[in-house]
Amino acid sequence: MDVRERFQTAALRAFREEVRSFVRANLPEDIRRKVAQERMDLPREDQQRWHKILRAKGWACAGWPKEHGGPGFSDDHRYVLERELALGDAPRPMIYGEGMLGPTVMAYGTEAQKRQILPGILEGDVLWCQGFSEPNAGSDLASLQCKAERMGDHYVLNGSKMWTSEGHIADWMFGLFRTDNSGRKQEGITFLMLDLNLPGVTVRPILLFEGTHEVNQVFFDNVCVPVEDRLGDEHKGWAIAKYLLSLERFGTAEVSRSLASLARLKAFVRDQDPFRHAPEQRESTERRIAELEMELEALEITEVRFLFKQDGANEVGPEASMLKVRGTEIQQDIFELTMMCAGGYGLGARRDESAADVAATRRGQDSAYPYFNFRKTAIYAGSNEIQRNIIAKAVLGL
Amino acid sequence: MLPSLTDEQRLLKESLERFRQQDYAFEKRKTLLARLGAADDPVWAQLAELGWLAATLPEEHGGLGGSHADLALLMEQFGRGLVTSPFVPTVVLGGTILRLAGSAAQQSTILPAVAEGTTRLALAYLEPPGHPDPACVATRARREGDGFVISGEKLAVLYGNVADHLLVSARTSGEVGDGHGISMFLVPADAPGLAVNAYRTHDSGWAADLRLERVQVSADSLVGAMDSGLETLEAALDAGTAAICAEAVGAMWHLHDMTLDYIKMRKQFGATIGSFQAIQHRMVDMYMKCQLAQSMALAGLAALDSSDPIARRRAVSATKVQIGRAARHVGEEAIQLHGGIAMTDDYAAGHYFKRLTMIRLMFGDEDYHLRRYRHSTAD
Repeated sequence: MDVRERFQTAALRAFREEVRSFVRANLPEDIRRKVAQERMDLPREDQQRWHKILRAKGWACAGWPKEHGGPGFSDDHRYVLERELALGDAPRPMIYGEGMLGPTVMAYGTEAQKRQILPGILEGDVLWCQGFSEPNAGSDLASLQCKAERMGDHYVLNGSKMWTSEGHIADWMFGLFRTDNSGRKQEGITFLMLDLNLPGVTVRPILLFEGTHEVNQVFFDNVCVPVEDRLGDEHKGWAIAKYLLSLERFGTAEVSRSLASLARLKAFVRDQDPFRHAPEQRESTERRIAELEMELEALEITEVRFLFKQDGANEVGPEASMLKVRGTEIQQDIFELTMMCAGGYGLGARRDESAADVAATRRGQDSAYPYFNFRKTAIYAGSNEIQRNIIAKAVLGL
Repeated sequence: MLPSLTDEQRLLKESLERFRQQDYAFEKRKTLLARLGAADDPVWAQLAELGWLAATLPEEHGGLGGSHADLALLMEQFGRGLVTSPFVPTVVLGGTILRLAGSAAQQSTILPAVAEGTTRLALAYLEPPGHPDPACVATRARREGDGFVISGEKLAVLYGNVADHLLVSARTSGEVGDGHGISMFLVPADAPGLAVNAYRTHDSGWAADLRLERVQVSADSLVGAMDSGLETLEAALDAGTAAICAEAVGAMWHLHDMTLDYIKMRKQFGATIGSFQAIQHRMVDMYMKCQLAQSMALAGLAALDSSDPIARRRAVSATKVQIGRAARHVGEEAIQLHGGIAMTDDYAAGHYFKRLTMIRLMFGDEDYHLRRYRHSTAD
C-alpha cells in the first residue's frame, strides 16, 4: 500500500547510492554550505559550477530526453535524483532554463530555436530568467500590459516586468508581452525571448526586507527584439505560458528540501542542546518536530500518489496545487521552529558564511533569515491563494 | 490602547503621534538608524528633550513619576512608529532594577542621568545556551578584597554595546538554575576585562555578547542584597516584557491598518482584493487578534502594579504567550495579504514583521512563558 515502495527496487536503490556518493564526493563545500544555510540567492558562478559538474556526469537537465542531451531518466529515477541532491545540500536546478524554457522550446520551438537555445541551457552557459509578473499583474497574470509592438521584422518592447528572480545574473529573459489589447485579456499575449544586454533594457535590483538580492524590476525602453525570437504564434503566448507552468512536477512541494531542513533542526536540538536547562521545553519542541515530520510524510505520500498514477498516466492535474500550498506551509513552519529554538541567538542579523549549516553551528544565529526569506514562497509561483482558487474551480467545480 | 486618557495623557499621546509621523517617519528611519546608539544619536536626544525618558522614572530622581499607563502609551506609539532605541533596556529594565533595589547613591547618580538622556543602561542576564530563565546563571562573582571579581559569558545583551553601565546578574552562591544565590552588579562599560562583541539585530537595533574575565568591581557596585537578586531581576524582566508586549500591540495595529488600506486599494481581476470574501475573513481574523492582544497587553501592564509577584508572573507570561502568537499571525498575514511588495526592503511591512519577530524571541518565547505560567502558582 505504501506508494513509496516503488522507489525500493534494486536498480533504484543502487542509483540512490550512486547519487549519494557522487554528491558527497563532488559537491564543492562552499556551495554546500550556502545551500545548507537555506540560501536561495546563490551567485551565478556557484550555480554554473554545480551544473557543469552534473553535466559532466550526464545528470544535468534531468528531465530532458536523450535526443536533446538529457539523461532520459524515468520518472522514478528523476524522483530519486531530486531527493538525493536535496538531502546532500546540492543547489536546486536552474529552473528557468532547465525546467521551464527548455521543455517548452522542445514542444513549441522551431528547429532553429531548438538548436540555438537548448545547448546553452544544457551546458549551463546561458542563464535564463522569467518575465511574467508586472507591477499591476501579479495574481491576475493575464492582465499584463508590458507592450510589444510589431514593427516589420522585430518587436519594440516598452514597459516593465516585476519580481524577476535572478534577472541580475541571467543572460536572457523569456516573457509574456502584450501585442493586442482588443480581445479577452488572455488573447493578444505573445511569448518572446530576449537578450538582457539589448539596448534599452535596465535591470533594477529590489532588495528583500531581510537584505537579500534575488528579485528585480526589469524596464524596457524601445527594446528591439527580432521576430525569430518569438516562441509560437503571435498573440498565442498564454497557452504556451500555461504549458510552461504545468511542466515542473518534481520538487515543487520541496518535500526533499524540507526533509533536509528537518534533519538539520533535529541535529541542532541534539547537538547544541539549547534546552539543557529546560526539559519541558525540550519535550514540547520534540513534539512539534514530530508533528512536522508527520505532516511532511502525508505530503510526501500525496506527492507520490499525484505524480505516479496507478493507470500510468503521469499527467498531474490541478490537484497538484495542494502540493505547493502544503509544501510551503510546512517549510515555513520548520524555519519558524528552528528560529524559536535558537532563542537569543536568533536575534542577531549576522550571517556566518563559513558555518556548516543554518542551524547546527554557532547555535542557530542565522536561523531567522530563512524564516523571513521563505515568506516569499507562499507568494511567488502562483500565490497560495491562487493555488486554492485553482483547486476550488478546477478540482471541486465551485 | 488605554480605555481612557487623562488630559495629560492625551497631550502625551498627541506629541508621540507627531513624533512618529513626522520626526520618525519611515522614510527618515534608515538615516536615523545609522546613528542609533552613537553618542550624538539624534533620536535619543529627542526622546530626552520631550521628557519621555523621564516620564516613568520616580520624581525624586529627576523623573516625572508617570504610571504604567504612561508606559503603555509610550510603548504603543513606539510600536506604531517602529521607533528603535535603547528605551526598554535603559528606562524599563535598568530603571526598574535601580528603582527597586538600587542604593541611595546608585539611584541619585544614575537615574537623573537616565532621565536627562546622558546615561544609557543595559541588562546582561541571558547566557549560553540561551534559555531565558533568569535563574540560569553560571557567571560567577567572588568576593576579593573590598570588592567582587566577576567572570562569565552573557548573550544577546540588548544595546549592551551602547550602554554606559551594565546591570549584570552573577552567581554569588549556588548552582545554575537555583533561585537563591544570584546577585546584581552595576558594571561600568569600560571596566577592564569586559569584552563586548556587538552586532545589529534583525530589527535594526543593537545587541552584544559579553565576555567578563575577572572584571573587578567595588563593593558598592552590588545592587540590592547579596544572593537575593532574582526577585528584582524577575520584576524588571516582567516590566520589560509587558513593555514590549504593548509595543507589539502598536506594531500589530499598524500592520493591520496598512493591510486594510492595501486590500481596499489593490486591484486584481477587476476588483479590489478586499472585496473577495476569502480576503475579508482573513482581515477580520487579523483584527480580532489585534483586539485580543490589546486586551492582554493592558492586563500585563496592570499586573506590574501588583504586590503579589506570583500574580504578576502569571499575568505577564499569559500576555507574552498571546502577544507572541498574535504577532506571528498578524505579521505573517500582513505580508501574505500584501503579496510581493511586503517582501521588499523599501516597504515598511517587512520591517514591522521583523520587529514583531524579535519581540517574540526576547525575554522568552511563547513556549517558555507557557511553562512559566503553569508553574507560577501559590503552592
